[in-house]
Amino acid sequence: MTVANTQRTIDAIWRIESPKLIAGLTRMVRDVGLAEDLAQDALVIALERWPEIGIPDNPGAWLMTAAKRRAIDLLRRNKVRDQKYDEIARHAELYTEDDVDARLDGEINDDLLRLIFMTCHPLLSQDARVALTLRLLCGLTTDEIARSFLAAESTIAQRIVRAKKTLNAEKVPFEVPMGDELKERLAAVLEVIYLMFNEGYAATSGDHWVKPLLCQEALRLGRVLAEIAPQESEVHGLVALMEIQSSRFRTRVNAAGEPVLLMDQNRAQWDRLLIRRGLAALERCQKLGRPLGPYALQAAISACHAEAKSAEETNWIRIAALYEGLSRLMPSPVVELNRAVAIAMAFGPEFGLQIVDELSVEPAMRGYHLLPSVRGDLLVKLGRLEEARAEFERAAAMTRNVREQALLRSRAAECMSDASQ
Amino acid sequence: MRFMMIVKATTDSEAGVMPSQELIDAMQKYNEELVKAGVLLAADGLMPSANGIRISYPEPGGKPKVIDGPFTEAKEMIAGYTLIEVKSREEAIEWAMRMPDPHGFGQGEIELRQVFEVEDLMADPETLARETLLRKQLEEQKQA
Repeated sequence: MTVANTQRTIDAIWRIESPKLIAGLTRMVRDVGLAEDLAQDALVIALERWPEIGIPDNPGAWLMTAAKRRAIDLLRRNKVRDQKYDEIARHAELYTEDDVDARLDGEINDDLLRLIFMTCHPLLSQDARVALTLRLLCGLTTDEIARSFLAAESTIAQRIVRAKKTLNAEKVPFEVPMGDELKERLAAVLEVIYLMFNEGYAATSGDHWVKPLLCQEALRLGRVLAEIAPQESEVHGLVALMEIQSSRFRTRVNAAGEPVLLMDQNRAQWDRLLIRRGLAALERCQKLGRPLGPYALQAAISACHAEAKSAEETNWIRIAALYEGLSRLMPSPVVELNRAVAIAMAFGPEFGLQIVDELSVEPAMRGYHLLPSVRGDLLVKLGRLEEARAEFERAAAMTRNVREQALLRSRAAECMSDASQ
Repeated sequence: MRFMMIVKATTDSEAGVMPSQELIDAMQKYNEELVKAGVLLAADGLMPSANGIRISYPEPGGKPKVIDGPFTEAKEMIAGYTLIEVKSREEAIEWAMRMPDPHGFGQGEIELRQVFEVEDLMADPETLARETLLRKQLEEQKQA
């Protein structure tokens, strides 16, 4: 094996092992920054040793042992300097070989869960939560994170350092919260994962191929979370939502890079495997027998689309009902606009238009181009082409997305030519 | 990227001999590990080729020829597959290396193959109306 090959293999092993390693070490040293340093040190040792001795049979245990030896070395050298190490010294039993195995086999699930709750702590800013999670739980390099967010590497590095310092300074415990706090904190965790996913999915600018990395990482993290917190129905709801949305990746834009609306997408190209996985996750969520939360409801809506053989065969009545449920859980004019579209599809454009007209007075919707866009669409269906044209023009003037502008202008032009016939 | 770990058939798997409990346990543990790492997409074992069918096209443009199993040459057939989604080829290899010897008596063979799909993810990620809505919604949640 060449040095470059070994290096790439070590990278792969690092990606598989580092979250467990960091989680296990954090549990011992109670400091996520120190834990990451120790894990990194172990990686450096592996990079030196493995090309000589070959890759060990159980690389995870090897790295863990190396990290702990390193901790002991530090401890010996700085005997009294750091209280942290002193604390470690008092728990001398942590350094037995049995312990290494136990850490690797035993409570790893809990440790990972704790680590997710720690990196997604509400004390940190959204950006910091995302960066720290990608770094510690997904094993991405600061460079990869920076490229995904189109930020400078130094910015991301600083963000991560600051986040770790904050966790330390505020003495954020390494634990899974209980009761009501669990609900609140879990919401923050799910938000971080979905934010990550959306950043990759709905990217409006930039380097095209690094963004999907975020989608994949978010989906992977969601799948991990569903395994280690299987009783939380919203976790399955979010996973279902992400799986089903991912199934449409290849149909969302045409060859010219223009967006293709859900109704016009080539359903034959939807990824059946991901749809199946999404539906299975939704079923797991429903089996828990709790009222569906916002993620599960959105997943259920996505599932309706995924199960329909064509746009016409979509169960719009069910979708309208699901939006109704969603708007009760988190009332928002945007959800309401979606409900209007579903109502129009289920019961006729005039009913949808009624809701849209009621929404037009909402101050929050004033600058929102999708409102006139949807209104234009309904007016076309009602044959009120001149009014529709004005709405499309208005919508085009409101969006900054060039491709959307072009789409809206061409729809406006169609209204004109149809009206003159 | 997606990889398929293909487990080749053996004389035992073709004869319908079930793997030992020990091997089943090891395989289960391995699959759990894949699941907990969030990389497992699908995994299945195939029945012996005795109830398989082979469809071939010996004549270009001609009618297909249908042959019932069992087929010979166990090593050219597959007994099962595991589909994973990973970040690199090396990661796929690393996972494949960790799979227990699938048969355990000298005939085990795993083939690792990449699944076509990368170009799907490279498409220009433009915003769809619905996704924009959800995104906006998320922003609102944040402000609330």
